[in-house]
Amino acid sequence: MAEMTQVNWKAIDEDPRFQQLHRKKTLFLWGLMVFSMVYYFLLPIGAAYFQNLFIIKVWGPVNVGILFALSQFIVAWGLAWYYSHHANAVFDSEAAAIVQDVEKKLGGRK
Amino acid sequence: MNSRRLAVIAGLLTLCAIATPAFAQGAVPEKFRWLTFLVFGIIISITMFVTYIAAKRVKTASDFYVAGGGVSGLQNGWAIAGDYLSAASFLGIAGLISLYGYDGFMYSVGWLVAYITVLLVIAEPCRNIGKYTLSDILAYRNDPKKVRVVGAISTITVSTFYLTAQMVGGGVLVKTLIGIDYEISVIVVGILMLGYVLFGGMVATTWVQIIKAILLVTASILLVMFVWTPYGFSLPGFLTAVVGDAKVQAQVAALLGDAAKNMTPEQLGQRFLEPGLYLKNPIDQISLGMALVLGTAGMPHILMRFFTVPTAQDARKSVIWAMAIIGGFYVLTLFLGMGAAMNVGPANIRAVDPGGNMAGPLLAQWVGGGADSMLGNLFLAFVAAVAFATIVAVVAGLVLAAASAMAHDLYVGVIREGHVTPQEQVKAARVATVIVGAMAITIGIAAKGQNVAHLVALAFAVASSANFPCVLLTLFWKKCNTGGIVLGMIVGTLTAIGLVLVSPNMTYPLAITTAAQKVVDGAALAKPKLEADLAIAADDAAKAKVAKAIAALDKNVAGAQANLTKFKGQTTSLVGLETPWFSLRNPGLYSIPLGFLAVIIGSLLYRDKRALDMWDELYVRQNTGILAAKAAAH
Repeated sequence: MAEMTQVNWKAIDEDPRFQQLHRKKTLFLWGLMVFSMVYYFLLPIGAAYFQNLFIIKVWGPVNVGILFALSQFIVAWGLAWYYSHHANAVFDSEAAAIVQDVEKKLGGRK
Repeated sequence: MNSRRLAVIAGLLTLCAIATPAFAQGAVPEKFRWLTFLVFGIIISITMFVTYIAAKRVKTASDFYVAGGGVSGLQNGWAIAGDYLSAASFLGIAGLISLYGYDGFMYSVGWLVAYITVLLVIAEPCRNIGKYTLSDILAYRNDPKKVRVVGAISTITVSTFYLTAQMVGGGVLVKTLIGIDYEISVIVVGILMLGYVLFGGMVATTWVQIIKAILLVTASILLVMFVWTPYGFSLPGFLTAVVGDAKVQAQVAALLGDAAKNMTPEQLGQRFLEPGLYLKNPIDQISLGMALVLGTAGMPHILMRFFTVPTAQDARKSVIWAMAIIGGFYVLTLFLGMGAAMNVGPANIRAVDPGGNMAGPLLAQWVGGGADSMLGNLFLAFVAAVAFATIVAVVAGLVLAAASAMAHDLYVGVIREGHVTPQEQVKAARVATVIVGAMAITIGIAAKGQNVAHLVALAFAVASSANFPCVLLTLFWKKCNTGGIVLGMIVGTLTAIGLVLVSPNMTYPLAITTAAQKVVDGAALAKPKLEADLAIAADDAAKAKVAKAIAALDKNVAGAQANLTKFKGQTTSLVGLETPWFSLRNPGLYSIPLGFLAVIIGSLLYRDKRALDMWDELYVRQNTGILAAKAAAH
């Protein structure tokens, strides 16, 4: 418990680097979230209200509806990969820099 | 400890001995039943051995609840898949595809997309903030006692709904597959699960879930190889065979009724790949979709899995793995379901189970050479054993989540206010496990014959309307506080349950008896005419045709009369309604926004200095993971 009281949370929160990380992350996360929701709900909406489009055959018996349902999997995987790639490359290192500073201030105690 | 474990094993052996003579008819033919038991025995032995090893490692409350936080991202990904792919999703979705084609496949998509929400906003912050339970996250900046009470109640509610559906579904499944009595299979599932959780805690539960997920994926890949190879792994080639199959065309004709009269066989077959054969109400679909994609992130047993990994990076990695496995599995179900429709036939699938749940197992039997072949029944036995392992693995995860809410939140957090020794914590966890396990068995037996399918939807509805808004807003909204959490949990839970109670999911005796009376009256008019036709029928073929119609009529009348006696004197549903008051089967569309609104209003009306003061710490921690290991130890 002793270490925690020594961390000045308010100072970290107000640190411009943290503020920047927060802004970038918020935009990125909610952007992906909204995109994935919209894309997903197009499936039940399309199946119900755009049946004429869904039943167009494009590849043998394979129709637009089947390709669109399959694309949901590809898009979900793609989003997951993109998020994790971005988080590994950008968010983690920026957070690590902030953490390192804090730990230094705590006198090397981890 | 060792003698206790021996006692459990001895108890199980006795149960198996009791179970042996209690056979009814199942999908596995009598003479091959030993095969099923052999495969079951092997799989149960493996999981028992894992539990034995795990039991030695479980010493502290942290070991018991979250495997000491020492699970790797890859392991956790498999465990999440094992926890999530319940019998309903693995047998149910393949079954829906085999009976209704496209709609079944469309239904499976939401179960994967749900993990995007988990990945983006839940997994990492929860790992950085939480310890053992959902309430730990809520208690971080809010009044711990108050939010632990509401959080624990909601966790136990969601888990119990889901648990009941699993126990009843599992009992029915085992009975359909191998013909063991319903009560005995519920007790065997319950005791096995208790054995794993009680002795091995989260360590054993994790491994049981991993083993089950590997078995499930292996079985599915093998089956798909068999059904897809003849078409050279071509998607159009495979689907051409499906739409050209007479059994599939007959199923579509039966589903469409009069509308199918002017359609060619080709059109009927193609219709199987088009939407609208099963899901008729798009608003209900959207409502269910909302509950799925937001509710998964509020499922206590799924959240709990993220406390088992050491860092936020591992939590991220586990969701990526879980998505690859779960998504891959659902793509395979397209081939399993379509393959079963083409090779086994929808009519044969329905004959064993009207809901289509036996599509996968029957396909396995067909692939191996059919109902009379040794290999076919070995495959069937393997799939049956996977189904059994699935129920046990999912139930174990749910029991652990409910038990942790009971022991860690209510007993240790609220009643003892955190003043407990480590030994007492482990003891409380084990006692709670036994209580929840006994409850699961009792409810499972009491709910025999009840329609529990809507309980899964209800669990997701409560998780998305109460748990999800509370967790999300406490993590991301500065002004969120105790008032909001308490109000949100109460409003979200009650709205979701209340709307289901007045929805078409419930049984409405008046509608059933009116329909039944109509059948009886209609038959009374139609029968004399049919009998007259029978008397004047010109040839044997015409005679047989009329006789068949009379037999069908008699069957309908018998069914209708059974309903009339069953609901004699009743006119209202459980809550006293003659007709549904709310038209949707899934309440999410209304209850989720209401849940969010309740958290916002509650927070704005309530003053809570601690929640505001702790915001900086919570927000920095959830984003950076500073001292996350310390958080797990405090």
